[in-house]
Amino acid sequence: MKKILTTPIRDEDIAGLRAGDVVYLDGLLVTCRDVGHRRLIELGQKLPVDLRGNAIFHAGPIVVKDGDGWKIISIGPTTSMRMESFERDFIRETGVKLIVGKGGMGPETVEGCRENKALHAVFPGGCAVLAATQVEKIERVEWLDLGMPEALWVCRVKEFGPLIISIDTHGNNLFETNKAEFNRLKVPAIAEISKEVRFIR
Amino acid sequence: MNMPASASGTALAPDKEQAARQLTDIMAKFTGYVGKRLPQDVLDKLAELRARETKPLAKVVYDSMFDNLEKADRLDRPCCQDTGALQYFVRAGAGFPLLGELKAILGDAVRQATKDAPLRHNAVETFVEKNTGTNTGTNIPWIDWEIVPDDDTCTIEVYMAGGGCSLPGAAKVLMPAAGYEGVVQFVFDVITSYGVNACPPLLVGVGVSTSVETAATLSKRAILRPIGSHHPDPQAAKMEALLEKGLNDVGIGPQGMSGSSSVMGVHIEASARHPSTIGVGVSVGCWAHRRGTIRIQPDLAYEILSHRGAVL
Ligand code: SF4
Repeated sequence: MKKILTTPIRDEDIAGLRAGDVVYLDGLLVTCRDVGHRRLIELGQKLPVDLRGNAIFHAGPIVVKDGDGWKIISIGPTTSMRMESFERDFIRETGVKLIVGKGGMGPETVEGCRENKALHAVFPGGCAVLAATQVEKIERVEWLDLGMPEALWVCRVKEFGPLIISIDTHGNNLFETNKAEFNRLKVPAIAEISKEVRFIR
Repeated sequence: MNMPASASGTALAPDKEQAARQLTDIMAKFTGYVGKRLPQDVLDKLAELRARETKPLAKVVYDSMFDNLEKADRLDRPCCQDTGALQYFVRAGAGFPLLGELKAILGDAVRQATKDAPLRHNAVETFVEKNTGTNTGTNIPWIDWEIVPDDDTCTIEVYMAGGGCSLPGAAKVLMPAAGYEGVVQFVFDVITSYGVNACPPLLVGVGVSTSVETAATLSKRAILRPIGSHHPDPQAAKMEALLEKGLNDVGIGPQGMSGSSSVMGVHIEASARHPSTIGVGVSVGCWAHRRGTIRIQPDLAYEILSHRGAVL
C-alpha cells in the first residue's frame, strides 16, 4: 500500500513518519532552488506563492510552451545541500511542510524540520521523465525572470514519488547515518588496498 | 601577402558547405540521442547491479531508474533534466575532410540539439554571468582534440557533464612518499564525500600522472572508456579491481541510500610522471552516464559504437 500525503499537509500527517520511509505526494509542489531561497531569505523579497502546508522541489525543469500554458518535459531533483544555509529560515518563513530534493541536508535543516514540523525527502536523482509524468499540470509560473531552471513552477502532482524521507520531524537524518557508516567502512577498505599497491620500491 | 584559399572567413566550396551541414545534422541528432538513452555497457551494468541488490530502499531507487529509462525512450525525452555542459572528445585523422570545420560544426550541432532534443540551457558565460540559452559559450562545447596521422576517419565521444556528477571532480599533486596508497586515500575521500550526492552508482575515473591538469584530463578520459575495459598494465588493472571492490564494500548504494554496491566501475588512465610528483585526478560519471561514440567516414557514412540499435 502506497502511503500518500495530500496538500495541505498537517503536522499530524507527518508526525508518525520516520527517515527511511517511502511516501508519495498528491497536490501542490513548487520548484524552488538557489535564487528562490536567496531572494526570500537574503534579499527579503516576498515569495509570490503561498507555501503553507505545501511542498517545494529543489529542481530545475525543462519546460516548453504549450498553447497558453506550459508543459514539463523533464524535471528532476538537484543537490539539496546547496540550499542548506537558507532552509531553516525558509521553513519558518513559509510554513512549507515537505522539501523534496537530492542527497541529504545538514544540521540546520534538521533543526528547521524539528522546530516547525517539516520533512526533507529525496526523489531518485536523474529520474526526470518519471517525475514529469507525475506532474498533472503546471498551474502557473512566477519569477520567470530568473530563467527556466530557477523560476518557481507551480505544479499539481499526482502520486509523485517515490519520496524517500531523509529528515523527519524527530531529528533523524538518513544521510548523516549513512555517511557515518560509509566513513567507518572505508578505513579497513583503504588499509586492505594499500597493502597491495606498494608499487614504489 | 597571399592568403591561402582555406583561411578563416573565406566561404567554403559548395560541396564542402553541404557536407558541413550534413555533419552538423548528424552530430545534432546524435547529441540529442545521447541525452535520452544510455549506452549499452552502462545499461548492462545497471541491470547487473540491480539484480544483485538486496536492500529494500536501494531496490526502490533501481526500480525508479529503469522505469525512468523506459519512459524516456518511449516519450523521446532527455532521461535526466540536467543534460549537462557539452563536451566532445575528438580523435580525428589528419586527413578527415572536415577537420578544419569541425569546431564550428560541433557548436552549430549543440545549438540545434538544444532546440530539437530539447536540452536544458546549461551554459553560463563566466564573469558576464549570463545564461547564453544556447548551450554554447566561450570554449563550450568543450572540445578535446587528438589527431591521428595517416587516417581519414573521425571518432567523436559526446559527453554530457551534469552538475551533480561534475561537482566531485578533484585533482592534486602528491609527494612520492605518499605512494599509490595516497592515490587510494584520495579516491576514497572524494567518493565517500561529494560522490554520495552525485547520483551513484558511479563510474569512477582516476588519472595517475605528473601534474594537476594531466591527471585531471586522464581521469576524464578514463570515464569515457567502456565499462568492463581494463588498463593494459597489469598493476594498473589490479588497482582498478581493488578500488572497485573496496568502494563497493563501503556500500554507498544508489543515490547514497546504502546498498550492495557503490560503483559501476573504476577506470585508471596514466602517463609517465616526474620523479618528484604523483599527480592524481578523479572524475565521476553518474548512473545516468550520457556518453556516446560515433565513427564518421570521409564520405560521412557513420557508425554508432556505444548504443545498440541506435537510429538517428
Ligand atoms: S548527477 Fe547525473 S543523474 Fe544525477 S541529476 Fe546530475 S546529471 Fe542527472
